[in-house]
Amino acid sequence: MYAFSYHQPKTVRQAASLLAKNEDGKILAGGQTLLPTMKQRLAAPPALIDLGKVEGLSGIELKGRSLVIGATTKHVQVATSEIVKQAIPGLAEMAGMIGDPAVRNRGTIGGSVANNDPAADYPAACLALGATIITNTRKIPAEQFFTGLFETALEPGEVIVKISFPIVSKAAYAKFRNPASRYAMVGVFVAKRGSDIRVAVTGAGSNGVFRATALEEALKKRFSPKSLEGVSVSADGLNGDIHASPEYRAHLIGVMAKRAVTAAIGK
Amino acid sequence: MTTISMTVNGKAVTGNVEPRTLLVQFLRENLRLTGTHVGCDTSQCGACVVHVDGAAVKSCTMLAVSCDGSNVTTIEGLANGAELHPMQAAFREHHGLQCGFCTPGMIMSAVDMVNRLGPDLDEKTIREELEGNICRCTGYHNIVKAVEAGAQAMGATGQRVAAE
Repeated sequence: MYAFSYHQPKTVRQAASLLAKNEDGKILAGGQTLLPTMKQRLAAPPALIDLGKVEGLSGIELKGRSLVIGATTKHVQVATSEIVKQAIPGLAEMAGMIGDPAVRNRGTIGGSVANNDPAADYPAACLALGATIITNTRKIPAEQFFTGLFETALEPGEVIVKISFPIVSKAAYAKFRNPASRYAMVGVFVAKRGSDIRVAVTGAGSNGVFRATALEEALKKRFSPKSLEGVSVSADGLNGDIHASPEYRAHLIGVMAKRAVTAAIGK
Repeated sequence: MTTISMTVNGKAVTGNVEPRTLLVQFLRENLRLTGTHVGCDTSQCGACVVHVDGAAVKSCTMLAVSCDGSNVTTIEGLANGAELHPMQAAFREHHGLQCGFCTPGMIMSAVDMVNRLGPDLDEKTIREELEGNICRCTGYHNIVKAVEAGAQAMGATGQRVAAE
């Protein structure tokens, strides 16, 4: 790992101003992706701004018909929170599927969302649930937030403060893991709020997380795994690598979507 | 260099580190607590698992400076003098190791598992929960048995981690 300057702000405002001042500086949240990336010298930020001591960034609360999760809330907290389990059980289950227990003890929702790894789980949940990413300066709908591979709408000096999820009637996540890395080869998050049905796919798209509109249309007729039978997903724009071809991933999207719908109905 | 202070295995410690110093380097190289191992150094194998403020973390994937003011427990902090922690005793009793390299991390993860989920753990849960700990010798069979027995023993004595 290359040397860097280290900053430990106490407030979001300080963090944002440090981020603006330090060109190419990075926010350190749980560090479960950033630190391994830096150790491999795939990233060499000259400055790290550690959110660990910033007050009030962690926590889970219900606000009206929304579930609001602070940016530095750890995966283990989301996975085990009674509030999340009551409000959106599929989201708690998804958080419990990230990495391994030690990673879940450190990794944060804000870090996962800001990093927008094309195989990360949270971006799919945010997109399917219609979440809003709330930063120190504005509110960004998930639809506009995830802009490409490791790319987001965040501006320099912008810090995620919390993420707000509208409470849906049904939601679940199904993940097909790469057997070695355990990352999602294909992960599908489905959510139903009234007649609004969304299916978001991670791990498969060559441009990161996306909505599978063909599956959404099929599920609008009836929210049942049967509705997905015979509906094919196009392999265009899907990743192909040594682990799976685009066609295989396209097939998996259909299979995982069925499993997710089945799980959502059972909740 | 930055001066950091933390409590490690119940003792207050202070040291000078670079910001890029990992927690595991601080433990092994500054404090000479070499029971915590570095296996893969890519946060997959779990040989470096320690507890920071009561939660199991991979100490190769955490900066020492981030732990300033924290309470850290390593494998050296589990035993009570000459008396092994019940989880350590179970690993010995059930032969939950061969070369022993992964063992410190296995035991720290196992203790964390009991702290989070309680002493009654079935085989499936244990295997799932050990996802982040890799052993290249045993095939996990005896590790799983050891964790099950160690968890029961921890439950019987009402014991959480020493020094936490």
